[in-house]
Amino acid sequence: MPIASRIALALLLPALLVNMAVFLLPMGNLALLSFRQANEGGALLEGITLATWAKMFGDIFYAELVRDSVVIALAITGLTLLCSYPIALFIHRAPDRWKNMLVVMCISPLLVSAVVRTYGWMVILGDGGIIAAFLRWLGMVKAPRMVFNTTGVVVGLTEILMPYMILALIAGFGRLNTSLEEAAASLGAKPFTVFRRVVLPLTLPGIMLGCLLAFVLAVSSFITPKLLGGGRVFLLATEIYDQAIVTLNWPVAAALSIVVLVIFGFALTLYGRLARAVA
Amino acid sequence: MGRILFHVLVAAMLVFLLAPVILVIPMSFSADRVLMWPPSGFSLKWYAQIANERGLIEAARNSLVLAVIVTAATLAISLPAALAIDRWRFAGRDAILALLTAPLLLPTIVLALALLIIFVGYGLLGTWIGLMLAHMLVTLPYGIRVLSTSLSTLPASVEEAAASLGAPPSSVFRRITLPLMVPGLVATCAIVFLVSFDEVVISLFLVGPQLTTLPVALFRYVESRTDPLVAAVSTLLVVFSLAIVLVLDRAVGLRRAVGK
Repeated sequence: MPIASRIALALLLPALLVNMAVFLLPMGNLALLSFRQANEGGALLEGITLATWAKMFGDIFYAELVRDSVVIALAITGLTLLCSYPIALFIHRAPDRWKNMLVVMCISPLLVSAVVRTYGWMVILGDGGIIAAFLRWLGMVKAPRMVFNTTGVVVGLTEILMPYMILALIAGFGRLNTSLEEAAASLGAKPFTVFRRVVLPLTLPGIMLGCLLAFVLAVSSFITPKLLGGGRVFLLATEIYDQAIVTLNWPVAAALSIVVLVIFGFALTLYGRLARAVA
Repeated sequence: MGRILFHVLVAAMLVFLLAPVILVIPMSFSADRVLMWPPSGFSLKWYAQIANERGLIEAARNSLVLAVIVTAATLAISLPAALAIDRWRFAGRDAILALLTAPLLLPTIVLALALLIIFVGYGLLGTWIGLMLAHMLVTLPYGIRVLSTSLSTLPASVEEAAASLGAPPSSVFRRITLPLMVPGLVATCAIVFLVSFDEVVISLFLVGPQLTTLPVALFRYVESRTDPLVAAVSTLLVVFSLAIVLVLDRAVGLRRAVGK
């Protein structure tokens, strides 16, 4: 080995050792664990088996869990895009001195922990919250329940993922230029046609990147579904936690983790295909 | 007409984005016993109440100490790694960089479960060393990324000049490279500190009855009851985060620090 490589390796060694101890080893162990089986008390049984996977494939609860998680994550992704797109477009068109301030404002919620932001949504959506108070003021006798159900989870996560989506959109808006819109308009295109034929195609790369990011974060999110779902919304991440901490069935928790990673893989592959098709 | 509509839409979306963080602040001055809007009166009683929450104060101290230790350890390990990645062209360099930053691409819930299962076997649950190692899983990628970006933007000519004038590599690093890297080092410290201080999912799996962190304690609190106490703690945390960012911006300039 040349001397330069040896120095480089020595400098990298501590980082590689930590990586092995807390990443490679645990992740490998996790993958293996899904091929073990646990008894009622959580003790692992001897031997490699497909029993845990077979149990999951045979149980309609897990099929529904995966379906619900993906559907809710897709809904959140769509809503996050709808809410973030106008902001990103506005920032992209803003003059430079405003741009920085607007970007900082949009990503400032990232400085606040997800627990606190989720709590903020309880203040807004809860039974004694702002929206309930507003609805009562409007004369509604019984406000609809907006926390501890899917509505709360969707609203909360949409807001929590918006900063990521806005950043991804702005990063992907590079090709959009006001003069192109003006050219289209001066040739007689109506505003909506300009949007559909010029703005939308040019911003597609940003849209796809933002959707990928929002989807993978939504499908694996834990804090917000756990708190705003109040134990009534069952998603992959909350089920992993329950199996690992409450039921103590680690093989099932490990298998569910693999399922999350497979969904990640699908999302990435789809993104890669679409990105190539667009480019 | 269309323009006005567009601006109204943008304003509404910005309100939606910022509402939960901003509304926590007036809520923290509520005089009520439960979360209620509008509060029947304003008071500082929930701030006073924080002093009685032994668990939260202890957890806050733990988080602070842990974040400092994690920051120091992350810096000590990622600085040499970033140097190796930026300064030497060796076989498998890209693969190693990908491996070292891979944990950021995976969901924290999966990383947390993987660590829980390994840590049980080694008796590392609810220990300082366990939490430190676990936090470094997510802070090392940030450290290595930010530091190697900062290294790659340094002008190589200054180092070459020092070396050509006869300075040995160690003093070139100490006298030239390190001082030039100060903005990158400060940025790394701030990012790593905030990531560790805010980390909740992985900590939730690994804390024990003797040792818990502030985000976990807040999570447990919100899970069991919702009163304005958490709003008061949150307000203090928002002020704390803002202070760190402002100090960072004053010290080195945020844009320069992030390497853009």
